[in-house]
Amino acid sequence: MTLAWQSVDFPGGKVSYTSEMSFISESSQTRVPCYRVLEDDGDLISDCDFQQVSKEDAVKMYSNMVTLQIMDNIFYEAQRQGRISFYLTSAGEEAISIASAAALSEQDIILPQYREPGVLLWRGFTLQEFADQCFGNKADYGKGRQMPIHYGSKKHNFFTISSPIATQLPQAAGIAYSLKMDNKKACVVSYIGDGGTSEGDFHAGLNFAAVMEAPVIFFCRNNGWAISTNVSEQFRSDGIVVKGRAYGIRSIRVDGNDALAVYSAVSAAREMAINEQRPILIEALTYRVGHHSTSDDSTKYRQLDEIVYWKKARNPVNRFRNWVQNIGWWSEQQETQLRNSVRKQLLEAIQVAEKTEKPPLSELFTDVYDHPPSNLEEQEKHLRETVTRHPKDYPSDISV
Amino acid sequence: MLAIARQRMLGQSFKKILPAVSVLRSYSSAAKQITVREALNSALDEEMSADPKVFLMGEEVGEYQGAYKITKGLLEKYGPERVLDTPITEAGFTGIGVGAAYYGLKPVVEFMTFNFSMQAIDHIINSAAKSNYMSAGQISVPIVFRGPNGAAAGVGAQHSQCYAAWYASCPGLKVLSPYNSEDARGLLKAAIRDPDPVVFLENELLYGESFPVSDEVLDSSFCLPIGKAKIEREGKDVTITAFSKMAAEMLEKDGIYAEVINLRSIRPLDRSTINASVRKTNRLITVEEGFPQHGVGAEICASVVEESFSYLDAPVERIAGADVPMPYAANLERMAVPQVEDIVRAAKRACYRSVPLAATA
Repeated sequence: MTLAWQSVDFPGGKVSYTSEMSFISESSQTRVPCYRVLEDDGDLISDCDFQQVSKEDAVKMYSNMVTLQIMDNIFYEAQRQGRISFYLTSAGEEAISIASAAALSEQDIILPQYREPGVLLWRGFTLQEFADQCFGNKADYGKGRQMPIHYGSKKHNFFTISSPIATQLPQAAGIAYSLKMDNKKACVVSYIGDGGTSEGDFHAGLNFAAVMEAPVIFFCRNNGWAISTNVSEQFRSDGIVVKGRAYGIRSIRVDGNDALAVYSAVSAAREMAINEQRPILIEALTYRVGHHSTSDDSTKYRQLDEIVYWKKARNPVNRFRNWVQNIGWWSEQQETQLRNSVRKQLLEAIQVAEKTEKPPLSELFTDVYDHPPSNLEEQEKHLRETVTRHPKDYPSDISV
Repeated sequence: MLAIARQRMLGQSFKKILPAVSVLRSYSSAAKQITVREALNSALDEEMSADPKVFLMGEEVGEYQGAYKITKGLLEKYGPERVLDTPITEAGFTGIGVGAAYYGLKPVVEFMTFNFSMQAIDHIINSAAKSNYMSAGQISVPIVFRGPNGAAAGVGAQHSQCYAAWYASCPGLKVLSPYNSEDARGLLKAAIRDPDPVVFLENELLYGESFPVSDEVLDSSFCLPIGKAKIEREGKDVTITAFSKMAAEMLEKDGIYAEVINLRSIRPLDRSTINASVRKTNRLITVEEGFPQHGVGAEICASVVEESFSYLDAPVERIAGADVPMPYAANLERMAVPQVEDIVRAAKRACYRSVPLAATA
């Protein structure tokens, strides 16, 4: 019997006590439900709660999803042909990156993991800019310093992708803290996969953001696989959404393949993050249709028919197309035109990127520090002299 | 003849190894004396006052006034928004600090000891040191990581390692190690103002030591250049390089007419000062308390061999800590860290080669 009027005072506050010994169960009876707005076939669920999208935005969202899909296919092929060294696709997760980006403003700061180029695409990064980074040529904003897909663009408020997993989470809390100190009407959005939530940085990032009351949205793409590790081997909780409460963070589980649901959830989360100055956790359930990257062959650890099922029957692009077409905002003709045009632009972008010169030798030594120290200036001078004296020993496409 | 005269001079001087108390710290126009702790505290205070973007984070830096009282009084003066007590996760708060720096704030992150920085080293190297380069200048990281480094007294293996060599091997970082109060003030101010990530290695045993400082040093605009070593004492027989606490050991042994160089900056290393000195004395001993393999002394030796080989009259010798995790027992600890006598013997060897080196494994 609980005597509700009796409570005990401990550091951390008052708690009521009970003489009945019971353990909180390791899982609740039912899993946290998943918010969706569209049926699998793209029909709007009747009487649902969602954020309306304008025609202009809906068309842009759909076009971007198609563009992302085609871009992934073509760049993947380019890697297979040996033209770029590496690539990873967002296949199956197009709704996540495009719809979440659509719900944000240009001032919101993005700290991606690596499967969110759709956010950059929404913000206006061109196909040529994507290609230039993948080819590491002199037009690349990264000056050819990073592997393909490690995009970064200050003007788009998209932080350069960094390979170590989950390091972006405490960084996001730090940046959100800066925004808070500056009183900006903007938030930070940081993306992470299901696997990344096992890192210590996930705990630190969420815990700190809650304590600091920082305006950050932690967006977890739970796509079921971390390379070959299935979620059942990654954690024993009911996914990621239940972890929010452990940190005192408001959270929601959403259908990641439903573009409208993602759009609504992110819009609402953004308002709460900025107006209430608090972190929000969003878990988007989805499926990683592609291999982890070009270095992986996922048929080695999962069934081919599982992959095909998600690719065909649960495709987020098709689902959104059905909705956009049914409303009368999109037609078959536009579809064909778009696909042809995007394909053509991509092939051109690749050709141009491939022919563009690589960054010059001088860029080997810049940006290590704010100002190049004397030892690097000496090394550069020495290298130039050596290359000039022995041109046959050096690649001919490096401009000195 | 000259050798005998030199021998007599040095022989006499060897008897005069002064005890720690009356150490020769003769700076000519010294007025005030301040401890290294006061020097660090005042530097933080002044930089926080001058630039609202500077803020502190670390375990116990606020309410507790700092584990070593370096941040004393700052929480009261600047408030909890600028002096953050962090939960216990070095990886976490380092990541947060780096994120804040990415967006333009200037965090000064304290590690209770640099031994604990190993839990955060991924953020220090992969998130801070390399970001400016990997983003092609789009992401600058004006962060300072500071805290006690190296051996203290009786704290054992996991609290005694020197990280100078580890951090100094990484491009993109600057690594500083002050010795006295002037160094502490000038270098910390320079580190905070620098747009690149800086690792600032202090020494716990020096926090309480007082040093005279001139009015210039006490001025709030005072700053020392990064990358310049200081010749603490001019000499002509042998060059001895040292940093942090080892510089103290060097100045104590008033005997050999050694030219003592206080490195101040481990990365960038002031190779020109070191080489110019070796070209004058023709002999070099490097002193550090860290492990010998791949240490700071190894880098200095390589630099001198590369640039001043024909000036050397004797092989370069490294004095370093013993190649073992630091033992706790006081007698063992004493043997694991370079002592004045080790340095004196090495100097003698460099000058005469009279005491043959024991074969080393």
